[in-house]
Amino acid sequence: MEFRATLLVILVAAGTTLLTRAIPFLLFGRKRSIPKSVSYLGAMLPHAVMAALLVYCLKAIEFGAMGLWIHEILAVLITIAIHWWRRNTLLSIVVGTASYMLLTQGLLGI
Amino acid sequence: MRDRGIFKQAFLRTIPVMMGYVFLGFAFGLLLQRAGYHWLWALAASVLVYAGSMQFVLVGLLTQGASLLTIAVTTLVVNSRHIFYGLSFIDTFKAMGKRGLYMVFSLTDETYALLCSTTPGSSPEDTKRLLFNISALDQCYWVCGSVLGALMGNVITFNITGIDFAMTALFTVIVVEQWLTTKNHVPALLGFTCAAIALVALGPDQFLLPALTACMTILLVFRNPVERYNRKVAGVSNPQETH
Repeated sequence: MEFRATLLVILVAAGTTLLTRAIPFLLFGRKRSIPKSVSYLGAMLPHAVMAALLVYCLKAIEFGAMGLWIHEILAVLITIAIHWWRRNTLLSIVVGTASYMLLTQGLLGI
Repeated sequence: MRDRGIFKQAFLRTIPVMMGYVFLGFAFGLLLQRAGYHWLWALAASVLVYAGSMQFVLVGLLTQGASLLTIAVTTLVVNSRHIFYGLSFIDTFKAMGKRGLYMVFSLTDETYALLCSTTPGSSPEDTKRLLFNISALDQCYWVCGSVLGALMGNVITFNITGIDFAMTALFTVIVVEQWLTTKNHVPALLGFTCAAIALVALGPDQFLLPALTACMTILLVFRNPVERYNRKVAGVSNPQETH
């Protein structure tokens, strides 16, 4: 737990993280115009990435253990339904999170 | 007045991330404190590294005494998905000057998600301020959460199990919102399919990067049909727009 070693670790992690975030700008930032294929990807990828990240959020689901994954899937379905109905981001997230907390803490008896 | 309006707008937009970040940051600070580190290290990591999942990995690496090369490679692999995020914001961040540098630094999963779903303000300058405020607020939440966790890990009075679902709910809402506001659902379905297949095939720890790479490759290979389909669905006007 030496001071210098810890500081170095944090600085290396910080530098590498920044590098991953800066790569697109280092590659295309200087040019006046961005290649068409890149702007096409910029427009299309977010939809794909978000769907993939949603799966990433749910990755810990273990289908073997009955109960836990039901809570996650139920809470996601509730969130989808509320958002489809009201289109209010905060409402959907509060209701979704609250229902997950109630489910997972066993307060609903499921 | 206008600044306050923009700040308030940014604050309201970031509330979901606040719930997730304060909780997750708290958990990170707590872990680092239990591993025997001063709370200032939690502060330093959250200010300088600022990468949610990576910081949890970092706690393990620190306690194992991993080499700097291991740290660099692990960070690169865990954070490599961030390479895809900047692609959507090259012009936007370039136009933001010095603030743009911070925007690049602070482009986490959740901030990216919020920025993607942010509609332009009344003027370009307002939009830039809104985006900057969103990014800065998100990091504030994360930093506050980590420091709180490191300082007062043992003083929790109510059961907060499950509050981290806020993050999943946020992504769910964004996917639904994108689904409702676009006519071309091919990218979303592609992302979902690739991620599901990769998750089943590769397991939960290393599926995201292959899934994202597959999405990008498929989108590039089928660029012509996808763009044709884009024009087709855009050309058919839908009189019954929802809301």
